[in-house]
Amino acid sequence: MYIIVVGAGKVGWNLARELLEKEHEVTVIESNRRRYLTVEQELEHNVSYGDASELWVLERAGIQRADMVIAVTGDDEDNMLICQVAREKYEVERIIARVNNPRNKPHFDLLGIKPSVSATDLILRLLEHEVPEYGLVHLLDLQEEQLEIIEMLLGKDSGVTGRRVGDLEMPEGSLLISVLRNGKGFVPVADTVLEVGDEVLAVLDPGHEEQLKTMFGPSGGNGAGNGG
Amino acid sequence: MFILIVGCGRVGSSVARAMLREGHEVSCLDEDPESHARLEVGLDRGWEDLGGQFTVGAGLETEALVAAGIERADAFIASTDGDNTNIIIAQIAQRRYSVPTVIARILDPLRAEWYERQGLHTVCPTRVAIDMLESAVREGTPRGDDPSDGSAEAA
Repeated sequence: MYIIVVGAGKVGWNLARELLEKEHEVTVIESNRRRYLTVEQELEHNVSYGDASELWVLERAGIQRADMVIAVTGDDEDNMLICQVAREKYEVERIIARVNNPRNKPHFDLLGIKPSVSATDLILRLLEHEVPEYGLVHLLDLQEEQLEIIEMLLGKDSGVTGRRVGDLEMPEGSLLISVLRNGKGFVPVADTVLEVGDEVLAVLDPGHEEQLKTMFGPSGGNGAGNGG
Repeated sequence: MFILIVGCGRVGSSVARAMLREGHEVSCLDEDPESHARLEVGLDRGWEDLGGQFTVGAGLETEALVAAGIERADAFIASTDGDNTNIIIAQIAQRRYSVPTVIARILDPLRAEWYERQGLHTVCPTRVAIDMLESAVREGTPRGDDPSDGSAEAA
């Protein structure tokens, strides 16, 4: 693939190095002369000097034949503009934008710039994953498709352990799709009995997390257990 | 009309004063609190005393835009010193807040031209300067047939 990376900061430089190792064709565009000269010592002809929000700079880098544009500058407006122009003017099929300030995320969404990646959000997600109190982990959010997949760890005091999956009254718009037990995953059937320590994966329409959290979490199960 | 101007530099502040003078309601938003002083250049009373509004904040900050009144703005002018900022906030004004009249100042003629074609109303001072310079040069006369020389000879 031919990939244009905009911004040769830490993210852009390391990304370019990895992509080159995977034998992609890469051009990094950097607008700071000094930074460009530093990066150029290693990346040589794979880095180009210029302001990528100038259309001719993008054209000089060959954006017309690029398969992907990744905008990882430290400026959210620049990242949005570059991705918008890449997709809408030059019809680049894949774009990825870095969000520096998570509060700007709605602007990226509004302009249809996706996927957009925010380091702060990623760390928050990891935090969800690492800190058990959070209980519920978002594995995947498909905003367009209106679906999400979450993972829940069943603790000692979970309201659903010891019960048959077939007896659970799952909220409408949600489905148990997988159980991870002792490092192995399987698709539950009606007779599967949930155990303490199980990690269950559910797919659901957005907005049902709270219901599932109550049901699978501590002191839960009461509200949903009438069916059993 | 209620006019919101983001970016209160020379251009933004001049437009703001002119619009206020014409009896419109004007609100300015700028990151730099000092730019308030620029608004009052040549005014005999304070900006607020004359009915103007001024908010400190960035054009991308939702809270700042709302505080400056974007939700009821009839017109939105993006005149910060950053082309990309102007392009992005103008689209936010258009798409999220449905402001009826949105104008973005874009210095780069290439970006201005493309976004204009995408339905964004743009003003490109550089384009205006290029056109004026070109026509000024075309209207010039070569050394040899300077009309003043000619008339002098004829006389």
